[in-house]
Amino acid sequence: MNYAEFLGMGAEMTLMVVIILLFIYDTFAPSKCGKYLPITAITLLGIQTLYLAFGNFADVSLFGGMYISGSAEQVAKIILNIGTILVFIQAASWVKDGDMQIRRGEYYVLTLITLLGMYFMMSAQNFLLFFLGLETASLPMTALVAIEKYKQNSYEAAAKYLFFAVFSSALMLLGMSYIYGVTGTLYYNGILSNITASPLTILAVVLFIAGMGFKLSLVPFHLWTADVYQGAPTVVTSYLSVISKGAAAYAFMMVLKDAFGTADLVWLTVMYAIIILTITVGNLFAIRQQNIKRFLAFSSISQAGYIMLGIMACNAHGATSLLYYVLVYIFSNIAAFAVAGAIERASGKLNISDYDGLYKTNPKLSVAMMLAMFSLAGIPPFAGFFSKFFIFYSAIETGTTGMYILVFIALLNTIISLYYYLLVVKAMFLKDSEAPIATIKSDGYTKAVVFITVAGIILLGLVSWVYDYIYGMVI
Amino acid sequence: MDYSIVILALPFLMFLTLALAGNKMSQKFAGLLGTTGLLVITILSYMVTFQYFGMPRVEGVREALMPYNFEWLSFTDKLTINLGILLDPISVMMLVVITTVSLMVHIYSMGYMHGEKGFQRYYAFLSLFTFSMLGLVVATNIFQMYIFWELVGVSSYLLIGFYYTKPAAVSASKKAFIVTRFADLGFLIGILLLSFYTETFSFDQLTAEGGFFLTSTSGATFMGCSVASWAMALIFMGGAGKSAMFPLHIWLPDAMEGPTPVSALIHAATMVVAGVYLVARLFPVYLSVPDVLELITWVGAITALYAAIVACVQSDIKRVLAFSTISQIAFMMVALGVCTSMIPGEGGLGYMASMFHLFTHAMFKALLFLGAGAVIHAVHSNEMSDMGGLRKYLPITHITFLIACLAIAGIPPFSGFFSKDEILAAAFNKSTFWGVWMTVVAAITAFYMFRLYFGIFWGKEAKHEHTPHESPATMTVPLIILAVVTCVAGFIPFGEFVTSNGTAYHIHIDPVVATTSVVCAVVAILLATWLFAKPNTKPEKMQAALPKLHKWAYNRFYMDNVYQYITHKIIFARISKPIAWFDRHIIDATMDMFATVTNVAADKIKGFQSGKLQSYVWVYIVGAMVIAVAAMLIFI
Repeated sequence: MNYAEFLGMGAEMTLMVVIILLFIYDTFAPSKCGKYLPITAITLLGIQTLYLAFGNFADVSLFGGMYISGSAEQVAKIILNIGTILVFIQAASWVKDGDMQIRRGEYYVLTLITLLGMYFMMSAQNFLLFFLGLETASLPMTALVAIEKYKQNSYEAAAKYLFFAVFSSALMLLGMSYIYGVTGTLYYNGILSNITASPLTILAVVLFIAGMGFKLSLVPFHLWTADVYQGAPTVVTSYLSVISKGAAAYAFMMVLKDAFGTADLVWLTVMYAIIILTITVGNLFAIRQQNIKRFLAFSSISQAGYIMLGIMACNAHGATSLLYYVLVYIFSNIAAFAVAGAIERASGKLNISDYDGLYKTNPKLSVAMMLAMFSLAGIPPFAGFFSKFFIFYSAIETGTTGMYILVFIALLNTIISLYYYLLVVKAMFLKDSEAPIATIKSDGYTKAVVFITVAGIILLGLVSWVYDYIYGMVI
Repeated sequence: MDYSIVILALPFLMFLTLALAGNKMSQKFAGLLGTTGLLVITILSYMVTFQYFGMPRVEGVREALMPYNFEWLSFTDKLTINLGILLDPISVMMLVVITTVSLMVHIYSMGYMHGEKGFQRYYAFLSLFTFSMLGLVVATNIFQMYIFWELVGVSSYLLIGFYYTKPAAVSASKKAFIVTRFADLGFLIGILLLSFYTETFSFDQLTAEGGFFLTSTSGATFMGCSVASWAMALIFMGGAGKSAMFPLHIWLPDAMEGPTPVSALIHAATMVVAGVYLVARLFPVYLSVPDVLELITWVGAITALYAAIVACVQSDIKRVLAFSTISQIAFMMVALGVCTSMIPGEGGLGYMASMFHLFTHAMFKALLFLGAGAVIHAVHSNEMSDMGGLRKYLPITHITFLIACLAIAGIPPFSGFFSKDEILAAAFNKSTFWGVWMTVVAAITAFYMFRLYFGIFWGKEAKHEHTPHESPATMTVPLIILAVVTCVAGFIPFGEFVTSNGTAYHIHIDPVVATTSVVCAVVAILLATWLFAKPNTKPEKMQAALPKLHKWAYNRFYMDNVYQYITHKIIFARISKPIAWFDRHIIDATMDMFATVTNVAADKIKGFQSGKLQSYVWVYIVGAMVIAVAAMLIFI
């Protein structure tokens, strides 16, 4: 084995360095320096992101083709890093609270380890590496969900998450073993040339989709989502709902394309049904939610359905619109979670009805929340409109009637989603409340994350070269 | 002439400054700022004019210059929307007219609007209007013209509705906007038709010699007329709306609800002649479709007569002036309509006459409106019954108003005589019928103008709450300047500057035509003097002798009622109501059904989300198996 090949994995190695540095800092720095941990983590990750964005990377294929990294993976990792940085900024005030203080080191290190796992997932060209990446991402995530361990919600959520993760991993492993049995290899390109549409392969593909369906919370593999999102600390939920989902979506696309590309008719059909189910069921549940975190959980389920539309196109536009959608979704959803988290920390209130009359007391937070809702619903000229536009366009571009019907159903669902997103806006702006939430004095970190995400919501759509940039990297 | 861009940029800048920072300025500063800005623009326009007309002719023709023309949007390889500046004789002449009148109005308004609420907003809108109007006249292509055309419409809307707390002003502004927008619909369709066949928006290509326009549309017909005729007639519809031609004139009298200086600027001198300008701009194209030219003549002639008769019996002085404006613009339209060739000596005289009248009319009509404003300022009323005998109190206003009345009546040596004489000569050139028709209208013009003049300054004195007094200098100076212009403008050798094909043409007065028209005008003035100069009962007797005619004319031949009937009884009741019903009961009900179904479905499936891990796993595994089995059934 040529150990020098490890150095070819630029993104993973640098992230590992960041993790180790943070770990050393947390362990050995004098306790009064602890409060600088958030800013250190943000800075280090920022530097690593800049390195990824501007460093000179060649396309590599390492360990006998088990690992690849090209410009597409590069841009996907950058997008995840941006999201993670935003979550870190959002977390900075939360980790100062009460007993979180003694665990803040764990929070940052564990989060970055899950990110490392996602990197491997996205760069894998072999099911073994893919599975290792998946587990590296899943297990520390359980610890993150349980990080507020004295709160019952938190560890109940962690138990459910852990159980579901293990269960779906087991099923996915079963599927992979069938694949190995049929094709005799775990390399994507080997599978691609040997796979045939036998019953066993179909079962294997469905089991794989079910496993990924858990990570992406696609219907009917989504039932854990609301409970876990509600129970986990808000910052973790926002990480779980955007970063984890974005990474899984990209890795999922790579596997379907690179490993199962020759059996695309099978998974296209299966995904077709799953997308319709996901978008519709997610929406129908979202309408009924009272708790803002559960509400955002179901909204994220339906958003995942839209993201999956990018997979259906099977071309560069599909991949680009998928990544672009993830990027926009990161900004919109983190904005929503940042506002919800700020209100939760200040008042402990989490119900949508508690937001009545919020505009009168907290106009800035309300406007930020409104823009997040508009973007999630896809109202022009906000970024969410453009991401939906591109992802619908990439699906329409295939030109088949089935795709037109799929996009039409997705469009109908955006109307339903508009209804429940606007319910939140209505509560904040139009309803009056006898006891509205008192004016919140946010700290600098909350202000920063709200400001950046709102700027992103407004600018990402209008600055047209973002899409072109991603397209140039993916093609 | 690269600095010509400043003429466009500066008013826009003024608008932004006044609109955004106006409330932070004092009224005086805002007024001075706007006026100074306009003074600079006026000086620049005069410089452009001198430089342009100072250039030597190329092969006996004045060349069109295009200092700027950049591509803004491209539809197809050939069809692009450009934005630029076109300098040719008529656009340069319009620069002079617009900036001069606008400057006078800016100065005048500092006195007239003194202390009004929203003074800064007023000046901001004036700047916006000036910008839009200048952009309209220097447009290099028909689409740019259309953009600025709509912008002047908006500024007009904003200024008519300036007193937005007055319901009459609000409805007048809406009426003006809707009527002109309706006409502009025709304009837009015309532009699209035209550009579809010619594949160009640009004026220099459209009006190029060699019948480029006709050859590209030849053969295509629609409902018995050639597409070329349809396109040009629709474009004329836009012009007719803006220029208040019958039957689209109904908005202009109501537009008098705006501040009087605005009426002088927009609804007398500049915006309302945009329609004439449009026809003149596309003149070679119109010449190639004689049937549309015939239509223009008829529309113009009917409008001229109609408006002149109505003006004879109105009692609101601004409305008299409004109808007089409609009638005079119709003169210009007729002058264009009676043309038969491009050569000014033989059949192309009307073009020069029309532009000449546009120029002189802008000056004396602005003077009339500003004078009327001074009168209204003094007696705080628009009604003639509240006036009378004002010549003693308002000497400057009186003299300048008289000069303008003589000019519009066509008495030499005032400017109106020269331009109107050319129009009549052009009409007689075409046929005696049109010549006689227009001479009669000219006589009626003299009659109603002097009825107005005597009604305000002579006749029985009305009771005033306080003695009327002459206006401040900011208001009288513009009056004097415009009066001087009115006295001398007739002697400008206009044919040297503006003619249909750009060659020089020496104006000569046709003695027969001139004598007839002057005699008719003098007789009409004498008749007006006999009836209105001294308080007497003759007008009432005349009214009693012709009760029907008076009633019809007073009610403007019930044109507004016709519109009311068409919109309310036919469009609202027969078309809008069924559509509204469909919207409410079919479209909304469908949406309600979606909502109900969604809600019910949401209610039915909520049991899945029980919180129990066992049931979650159950759904998970069953879901996976169902999908797998279904896929196998489909693919194996």
